[in-house]
Amino acid sequence: MRPTLLSNPTPAMIGRIKALLFVLCLLPLAASLWQALSGQAVNPVETLTRDSGSWALNLLLAGLAITPLRRLGAPGWLLRLRRMLGLYAFFYASVHLLIYLWLDQLFDWGAIGHDIIKRPFITVGMAAFALLLPLAITSTDGWLRRLKRRWGQLHRLVYPLAVLAVIHYLWLVKRDLTEPLLYAAVLALLLGLRLWWRLRPTLGRQVQ
Amino acid sequence: MLIRRATDILPSEITPHSVYLNRRQFMLGSAGLLLPVASIAALPASKSGYSTTEKPNSRQDITSYNNYYEFGTGKDEPAQYAGRLKTRPWAVAVGGEAGKPRSFSIEELLKFPLEERIYRLRCVEGWSMVIPWVGFPLASLLKQVDPTSRAKYVAFETALRPGEMPGVARRVLDWPYREGLRMDEAMHPLTILAVGLYGEALPGQNGAPVRLVVPWKYGFKSIKSISRITLLEKQPPTSWNMAAPSEYGFYSNVNPAVDHPRWSQASERRIGEFLKRKTLPFNGYADQVAGLYRGMDLVKNF
Repeated sequence: MRPTLLSNPTPAMIGRIKALLFVLCLLPLAASLWQALSGQAVNPVETLTRDSGSWALNLLLAGLAITPLRRLGAPGWLLRLRRMLGLYAFFYASVHLLIYLWLDQLFDWGAIGHDIIKRPFITVGMAAFALLLPLAITSTDGWLRRLKRRWGQLHRLVYPLAVLAVIHYLWLVKRDLTEPLLYAAVLALLLGLRLWWRLRPTLGRQVQ
Repeated sequence: MLIRRATDILPSEITPHSVYLNRRQFMLGSAGLLLPVASIAALPASKSGYSTTEKPNSRQDITSYNNYYEFGTGKDEPAQYAGRLKTRPWAVAVGGEAGKPRSFSIEELLKFPLEERIYRLRCVEGWSMVIPWVGFPLASLLKQVDPTSRAKYVAFETALRPGEMPGVARRVLDWPYREGLRMDEAMHPLTILAVGLYGEALPGQNGAPVRLVVPWKYGFKSIKSISRITLLEKQPPTSWNMAAPSEYGFYSNVNPAVDHPRWSQASERRIGEFLKRKTLPFNGYADQVAGLYRGMDLVKNF
């Protein structure tokens, strides 16, 4: 088969796609930093916090979309981009967390601990990050080989952590829930499709 | 009632009385230098001992970062859409428990002796600004309608114009926006009706043509684009309290010791500053207003 970008790209083509994705994923950070540092953002710390949080969620959902997209006919090599999407979700979540620890709390660990216990949206946000961290650490080929089948089991943590991340957003919003509910709907669709595909054969047998 | 003034203003910093008395002459003199463009006409305002000496935020900051949900819930949406609100003609109906209820046109409101009041504003979301308002004490207006002895509270209502306010198509809050004060809070000299900002007419996103400013309470108490003021015997319902009674109380005095149920109120980010600063009780106006709440449980009456 002739190598084409969509159906059968060569390793060199994949390499170029990955390089492009690497740069694309940095653009939101660049845009946010530009807004914050050029004086366009009235509340730059809030801008950085909100943007980094939004992009952590966007990239997490993009990573979760790969499997359903492939089942719906998208080319198989999309899977080769999933690790980068996941690692960028971790990168943006880390920026988000660092801004909170540094610019909001000035590394006052007592206040941070108090916040984690007392504020439910902080609690679930921290829990989501705590679940994301081992996934980022074990994302290398070495860990994939070492953990064998348990690697797949471990990385299913992405489902509960995505739910926690969306709840984190829902619980911090003051009044207008439109955006967090949009994220919740997309996540429900992505997880719902998986559940449907998993249960359908069983349901089919029951009908027979 | 003993009202103590802030001690951070020296008498020497206040406009001398002779200059104050000649303010119209000064305006007349400077008017010749200005092109006669009515829409950006400067508002003649005297200085006030109630102003803070802190550096005000820029006009750009004050007019591009707003909460005014009638024009959208994004901070930049009010600046984008509030220009659609027609502020002429405009009238504020003042009635209820009043001996002489009446309506005030915006032209009549602009005839009250105007003062510049540079106040801190603390938003319930945890940010703050310093804003040079132009306005007059709410008490001056209320006295003109002769409140009866049954007037214990004051209710305020924002104009509701679905055709001009894109945000009210969605019921984010139960429109029209409503706020309220206790009578003594309303009559306090710090409480003003603002008609201007930075010496000019109030921009739409800041609540044109007339809004309330109560500097010791969270910003949402300072209701914008007022169309109705009603004196009442009973405490009136207020918009954020109706939306989330456990999160926003009737009083909503700035209080670092009482957290919002979902976030801390101990500190705030002053717009323009990098790190947070400590929030002061009553937003730094405790000397003037703490007496209003003597004997009250401010945790229960948050």
